[in-house]
Amino acid sequence: MATATVESSVTKSRVQPQSAQRQLSDRAIMNLFIWPTLLLLIAFNFFPLFYSLYLSFTNYRATATTAPVWLGIENYANILTSPDLWQAFTTSGKYVLFSVALQTIIGFALAMLVRGKFRGSGLITTLILIPMMLSPVVVGLFWKLMYNPNFGYFNYLIGMGQEGSLDMIASRMFNQPVPNLALAAVILVDVWMWSPFVMLLVLSGLNAIPDYLYEAAAIDRASSWFQFWHITLPQVKPLLLIAVLFRTIEALKSFDLVMGMTGGGPGNQTELVAVYLYRVAFLGQFRSGYASALAYIILIIVIAISNLYIRNLNRAKGA
Amino acid sequence: MASFAESGPRRPVVESIRVDKVSPGARATGAVRALIVLLVALIMLIPIYVMFATAFKTRIDVTASPPKIFFQPTLEGLVLLFTDRALAAPARVQELQQLEAQGKLNLFEQLALASGQEITGPSPYVGRIVNSLIIAGASTFLSVLLGVLAGYAFSRFNLPGKDDLLFFILSTRMLPAVVVTIPLFLMFRQVGLYDNHIGMILLYTVFNLSFSVWLMKGFFDEIPREYEEAALVDGYSRLQTFFKIVLPQSVSGIAATTVFCLIFAWNEYAFALMMTAEKARTAPPSIPSMIGRGGVEWAAIAAGSLGFLIPVVIITFALRKYLLRGVTFGAIRQ
Repeated sequence: MATATVESSVTKSRVQPQSAQRQLSDRAIMNLFIWPTLLLLIAFNFFPLFYSLYLSFTNYRATATTAPVWLGIENYANILTSPDLWQAFTTSGKYVLFSVALQTIIGFALAMLVRGKFRGSGLITTLILIPMMLSPVVVGLFWKLMYNPNFGYFNYLIGMGQEGSLDMIASRMFNQPVPNLALAAVILVDVWMWSPFVMLLVLSGLNAIPDYLYEAAAIDRASSWFQFWHITLPQVKPLLLIAVLFRTIEALKSFDLVMGMTGGGPGNQTELVAVYLYRVAFLGQFRSGYASALAYIILIIVIAISNLYIRNLNRAKGA
Repeated sequence: MASFAESGPRRPVVESIRVDKVSPGARATGAVRALIVLLVALIMLIPIYVMFATAFKTRIDVTASPPKIFFQPTLEGLVLLFTDRALAAPARVQELQQLEAQGKLNLFEQLALASGQEITGPSPYVGRIVNSLIIAGASTFLSVLLGVLAGYAFSRFNLPGKDDLLFFILSTRMLPAVVVTIPLFLMFRQVGLYDNHIGMILLYTVFNLSFSVWLMKGFFDEIPREYEEAALVDGYSRLQTFFKIVLPQSVSGIAATTVFCLIFAWNEYAFALMMTAEKARTAPPSIPSMIGRGGVEWAAIAAGSLGFLIPVVIITFALRKYLLRGVTFGAIRQ
């Protein structure tokens, strides 16, 4: 039965004029090519998000055997008034601000340095890019070794080698707790990993600047400072903006690195939003409803920033 | 004019002819700059050297204070990583030493014997590596296959709401893994995909799909449409054109996409941590839990990390032309 219909449709299309047949098969091919992807995304992204939207209005716990009870907006109200959440957002805010700012500055400086070609510059550029390709959790782990107060290399390199003087991961210096030291340790590693990313993007922007702009400026005896502010910076700006937005999104969802290094500790000093969410959703009580509401708040923030990012990406592509 | 054309430069002038770039002063600053870059690169590579060195240190050398830069390399870390060991009784040690004298022990067994231990079998980590390979390999194949098809469709056909669809596809990648995992965890538990290879393969396929679609679309956008139009005029069908004209031209793009997807799946930690327990657990979440009886086995952790480092270094070099495209989802090209 089914084969018969297929055959009849094939013979039908054969007698149709050439152009109509091509149009028809184009449409079929398009659907054939796109729908597997869309179906997978709907099943694994779209549907779960709707499900968790429903859960976010209930008291469901993944460990419970009872059916979820509708709570209305209680979860959202609890979250927005909970000091824990604001603590996590503050930590994430500091983390995003400092790591992205440092990456931008260092990445830009690196790009300016590597810009001119010299012997072996290609090799060195590639070497600098290695950290960003590594697995963040593994990076976090071996930086934990680097920071070890007794036998880590880091303390020796910065001249704090004597035993017990500095413990970055435990946020202690000379056996006194120093706030934000552990967070600084994580930020430093993030900067180490991702400055090369900013460098890569800025470098491609720099290479696209036409030489004649600088030549004209040189003829006009413009200082190199002037050239930097009025030629280099404006020309690189679109790509720099993309790098900053992308890093902001990635830093907001940062999870692996912290889990590998500190697991959110000491206390909750390095508990970023994603780590906090993980603790609420998967450790202890499995508060799925509450965690879903929290996830939705984060989702809205991330979607807003990604929207900006993609718009800039499209603009840079068009240019 | 003609004489200039004959006597003109034999080879293209590639170096700058600007006076401010060839003066001795400019050359000196150039040399200083190269030196600074080299220095920065070396400083940035210190942690990578440390990891490499730690993997080949003995347990005593790892915890030496101050840290040793020069040391006697050993494969002890690899033994710790790949095997389960037990303390051997004195009688058994003698027996093993006899076997060693007869040359019947392999390298790992000899190293374990040196610290009075006997290898009882492969460590759970071996199974985790196998899981990683299966899941990363299968999901990469699927996501590249689907990405090639969808990327081509997005590049060539006029879809209603194409930009919104592309945004939707990419936005799934922007979300923190935990946000997506909470409902997925419950769904997977319902249908028996939790801690299951197929579940993980599907999850990683979707995770990489947005990337492969965007990247492949970028590669297809670069292939001139004229080739296909010419082929269509010559009587090829759309499918024939796709297989015979477009695919052969995008081989390098497909290869780059494959390798990037492989790296992402190989490095992925968050999903693996939350969606697997024992059976389908991959390597990244099991490295942090590698804590021995006498504290953290840094040599084993470093040896495990090395397995993540080496492929990445090779691939970074092989793909350096495509790195920029890779990290910007195919939007920016060099």
